[in-house]
Amino acid sequence: MSDLQAIRLNVNGVTRAVSVEPSASLADVLRQELRLTALHLGCEHGVCGACNVLLNGRAVRACLTLAVQAEEAEVKTLEGLSAEQIAVTLKECFRKFRALQCGFCTPGILVLAVDLIAANPDPSEEEVRDWLSGNLCRCTGYQPIVGAIIEAAKRLRGAV
Amino acid sequence: MILQNAQGDARIIAGGQSLMPMLNFRLATPTLLVDLNRIAALSGIGMTDEGLRIGAMTRTRDIETSALIAQHQPLIAHAVPHIAHLPIRSRGTIGGSLSHADPAAEFPALMLAVDAQMVLHGPQGARVVPAGEYFQGLFETATKSAEILTHIDLPHWPEARRFGFQEYSRRRGDFALAGIAFWADMDGDICGECRVVAFGVSDRPVRLHGVEQILQSHPLNDADAMLQARDAVDDLLEPDSDLQASAEYRRMLAAELLQRAVHAAGGMA
Repeated sequence: MSDLQAIRLNVNGVTRAVSVEPSASLADVLRQELRLTALHLGCEHGVCGACNVLLNGRAVRACLTLAVQAEEAEVKTLEGLSAEQIAVTLKECFRKFRALQCGFCTPGILVLAVDLIAANPDPSEEEVRDWLSGNLCRCTGYQPIVGAIIEAAKRLRGAV
Repeated sequence: MILQNAQGDARIIAGGQSLMPMLNFRLATPTLLVDLNRIAALSGIGMTDEGLRIGAMTRTRDIETSALIAQHQPLIAHAVPHIAHLPIRSRGTIGGSLSHADPAAEFPALMLAVDAQMVLHGPQGARVVPAGEYFQGLFETATKSAEILTHIDLPHWPEARRFGFQEYSRRRGDFALAGIAFWADMDGDICGECRVVAFGVSDRPVRLHGVEQILQSHPLNDADAMLQARDAVDDLLEPDSDLQASAEYRRMLAAELLQRAVHAAGGMA
């Protein structure tokens, strides 16, 4: 086996020192070493979107990024976003629209939606659906999720 | 140097959006990974005398949002949103996709369509390989074991050039069952020099010279030429059948996508 590598990860605004296998994914290190368990591991090949985190502000798959590659980057998980207005508003709208049932996919979708609304404060329904195409939800049928994100974007623009 | 010493057991990791799934599933088990992500000089898009130069480590999402690409390479700008899903584009790189050389991927087909030049650096220095010679088979390129793809040069895109890009996949963002990249240099209403590149239908992206010859010297809305071109697609392609689609379906799909791409180029979509 490989030797452990000591790295410093900037996660949710705090620099954390961890020792990791060079082959460990960012997802495994966030969940197992740092106990940040909002992100979930579904498919582990980039299809399901449950492990989305923000890397330098952009949604990426934590399962397709090595932890050692995230050194010197700013990592944000849903835990670190929880006080930010975009995430707060998204969560309110997810509740209002009942945009989750089992909740497994929800953190990945919320992280994606934070990136979407930050990049495009006024997304069309088609754009929301296009972005969401990279997230699997087996409960809701997506309609309430699309509705919740559009509503959140509206509220954040002050259009409601 | 590291690559030479590792004697073929090292892999380069760029964005990792193809390699990481292979590592996660133990389909690839390199003893050494060489990460290019911190080499800033490998990333970025700039103008050159001949056109545009893209660093191999430029993220797909940065190509998608680049004003230079939008202005000078409209076919690429139009096609890039078809590549995977946004979080994959946030991390994935053009050089990684080209080095991986998945036959159903968009970037290899686009590079073939726009006559891109691949700039490779190795122990013997730099060399340039045209896209037409770079893709050599399923996941195979002209890159030698100690070489790295560092830049991609895109020639100037003429103003009168029209284009169409079509692909079909079962789910948005999945690899295409088949796709077509098309451009035509117009002489008034008549199609002059043109390019037809098909992907997802062979072990590498393929240029369909026979189809190009049929389309040339006709208007893009010429129904007879289109019928012949569709037949030629059917004749020229020999795709494999797999769990996703039969060979026959892929041929029919490619012919239909050709028509849609040509019509899009002609403003008829």
